[in-house]
Amino acid sequence: MDVRAQISMVFHLDKCIGCHTCSVACKNIWTDRKGAEYMWWNNVETKPGTGYPGKWEDQEIYKGGWEKKGANGRISLKGAGKLRGLLNIFHNPHLPVIDDYYEPFTYKYLDLIEAPAGDDQPTARPVSLITGKPIDIKMGPNWDDDLSGTPDYARNDPNLQDLSPAEQEAMFQLERMAFFYLPRICNHCLNPACVASCPSGAIYKRGEDGVVLINQEVCRAWRMCVTACPYKKSYYNWSTGKSEKCILCYPRLEAGYAPACMHSCVGRIRYLGVMLYDADKIQSAATDHDNDSNAIDLQMDILLDPFDPEVVQAAKENGMADSTVKAAQTSPTYKFVKEWGLAVPLHPEFRTLPMLFYVPPLLPVMASLSEAKNAEQEKKLDPIAKSWNDDWLYDTSTEELWGTVDQARFPLKYMANMFTAGDEEKIKDILKKLMAVRIHRRGVTVGDIPAERVQTTLEGVGLTPEMADDIYTLTALAKFDERFVIPAAHREQAMEMMDFVGDTKGSSGFGINQVAERGL
Amino acid sequence: MDLLNNFTLIGLPYAALVLFVVGTIYRYRATRFTYSSLSSQFLEGRQLFWGSMPFHWGLLVLFLGHLAAFLIPETVLAFNSHPVRLLIIEISAFMFALIVLVGIVTLFYRRVTNPRVQAVTTRIDLIVEILLILEVIIGISVALGFRWGSAWFPAVITPYLHSLMALQPDISAVATLPGVLKLHIVLAFLIILLFPFTRLVHFLVVPLHYIARPYQRVIWSWNRKQVRDPDTAWTITRPYQEVPNFLQKLVPSETVELLQQKLISRCCKHRK
Ligand code: HEM
Ligand code: SF4
Ligand code: SF4
Repeated sequence: MDVRAQISMVFHLDKCIGCHTCSVACKNIWTDRKGAEYMWWNNVETKPGTGYPGKWEDQEIYKGGWEKKGANGRISLKGAGKLRGLLNIFHNPHLPVIDDYYEPFTYKYLDLIEAPAGDDQPTARPVSLITGKPIDIKMGPNWDDDLSGTPDYARNDPNLQDLSPAEQEAMFQLERMAFFYLPRICNHCLNPACVASCPSGAIYKRGEDGVVLINQEVCRAWRMCVTACPYKKSYYNWSTGKSEKCILCYPRLEAGYAPACMHSCVGRIRYLGVMLYDADKIQSAATDHDNDSNAIDLQMDILLDPFDPEVVQAAKENGMADSTVKAAQTSPTYKFVKEWGLAVPLHPEFRTLPMLFYVPPLLPVMASLSEAKNAEQEKKLDPIAKSWNDDWLYDTSTEELWGTVDQARFPLKYMANMFTAGDEEKIKDILKKLMAVRIHRRGVTVGDIPAERVQTTLEGVGLTPEMADDIYTLTALAKFDERFVIPAAHREQAMEMMDFVGDTKGSSGFGINQVAERGL
Repeated sequence: MDLLNNFTLIGLPYAALVLFVVGTIYRYRATRFTYSSLSSQFLEGRQLFWGSMPFHWGLLVLFLGHLAAFLIPETVLAFNSHPVRLLIIEISAFMFALIVLVGIVTLFYRRVTNPRVQAVTTRIDLIVEILLILEVIIGISVALGFRWGSAWFPAVITPYLHSLMALQPDISAVATLPGVLKLHIVLAFLIILLFPFTRLVHFLVVPLHYIARPYQRVIWSWNRKQVRDPDTAWTITRPYQEVPNFLQKLVPSETVELLQQKLISRCCKHRK
């Protein structure tokens, strides 16, 4: 057992309101620089939708992640690797280009003030931030915002592939349409494809906290990591000729602050905590499954119980500080992921073992139309009246219990494709637990559900009333200190934090005390 | 004429080599950040394919050819003693030269016409590519005008290059060569001279070590075991280094132990 610690995050998707505050906070701190304008280390997508860059989940296009050939085979990088990477070094056939993201733009605001007097109002024309020339904006980082059902975005979602045409149609009927938001940052994976793909060896995982970083002084623009990362979270800076990615705000973490995205999160959907894992099992967890739900089981198996005396002992032998072990024991992410089994990684079938986890959303699944009243409504002619009439509101009552989950408005298969490598049972288990917590709390606060019924419901999903209360508290009431638990920084041991990067903000942005000027 | 010969065939080569060595090392140590291939594929990928692929692969072959003639002239001469083999070498070298020409011209055309690539093009980029185009064209005309280069290069040019290396420059033979050939040599040294001031330094950091390294890289800022030792926790001031794996396998374990102690004493200044 080789115990290591990882700072990991949980996103509670039911709470995300899609406000993009996280993205903007991140952009303001890290990527408001030339060459990085198009980068959104944190971005928020509407699901179903194609995301950013367009259809990033479709690895037939982008060739990201690991793949396993044959049932017992080893895994190799799909679009990079030693042989492929070196042979493709002069031109990488799988590299996305800027148009797959969007061409960064600004507006000529000064024209509004300085245009000479004329017959027309002056306008601020959009110009490209690359060429400086006027462009027609075709795409933006969140162009698919709230566009569920549209042919350009939602219907091209790669996660729909296993759904029957009828199911897809049902999803996009105007009255039934639902969507949710998916905030994404780098997953700081345990088996990172970006690290493995870098010919220079510029990318590495920090042993102490698991943050994956790109050494800007060693990166030589061989641009393989951009291909290899299945989440498309390694970005190429076209100006400096270096790749960049989310750094989990390590300068902030080392100073005891939360990452900017988390700190600014309006919905308070994010939880940050320490997770202990067994590094000896990484290899087998990435390999020993066939793109099925086993992937989740294996990954959960890596994560260690911080209260287990053996684990604690092994952690100490590995030089882990007591404060880190302590943080792991009070970690909110450990609770969501292991203790309650509510959070799952995004696309485990990419085999990178992502260390950020998502609590799948219950709300868009649960809400259903009161079918009985539809016939009446159909008779009404005025479509606007239709949408305003109360009878057309979604019924979110919990009367039907499991029934709602099974006849979900939102096919479970879709959610399973995203979070559990296609296993609907796993998603259903999680949603049932979430529902059970609601029923339990309704029993407590409103009291209109019989106690026995609450009890059988909880037992059905393996929760105790205390656990349900804990889940409710951490989900709905938790203060910042409970959502954000990391060990105190060990200043005497940290190396990177000794660099003061404030002076170079805006140029290098992070990590190195040198103005990051493009080479000759 | 002598003066010109001395300058171009002795002065320039030495200036170029010194600048190359000093310049690239200095740049690497002082501004390592600028070492990059500065890929522009992210802005434009299709034309780049038709430029970069033929250019680099062709150049790789030509470079290895020139290198072979320089390093192992006898072997090359012996190989060429058979006319069929000579013919094969000559024809394939010529083909690769044409491929390189197509590549570099495409690259240059792309650099000056594509607005996005223009945004990341500096003057020195253009100078380098123009020089490379000239060098390839001149090389091709040498190949056409003075056949069987692979036979006379080892006999005429290699001794000259060796004399340069030995610090006893002897240009008696090369000085009598025709102008185009001398121009080819001069341009080559000019390109070498420009290395430290251009993107060409990417050639010096070709990541061949990738083949030997494990796929995953985990870096620790400190010795994991040592941190537990209350004596040392506050004293480690530099990243802890371990004796490299391959050394651990090569040398006896006592030596590894000794080396490790040395490394530790280096990284932990105040250690008792
Ligand atoms: C085997 C060693 C080499 C490797 C791995 C290599 C790799 C690369 C890469 C990755 C690029 C960027 C292509 C892109 O835009 O995506 C590049 C560009 C370039 N390389 Fe090399 N290169 C090598 C050798 C050389 C040599 C020997 C020369 C010339 C003496 C050279 C001249 C150039 C030039 C001029 C460009 C710029 C092309 C352009 O965008 O217009 N390279 N190289
Ligand atoms: S998500 Fe992050 S750590 Fe994982 S492969 Fe992508 S860039 Fe690397
Ligand atoms: S700030 Fe929070 S609530 Fe807003 S989009 Fe980001 S993750 Fe969602």
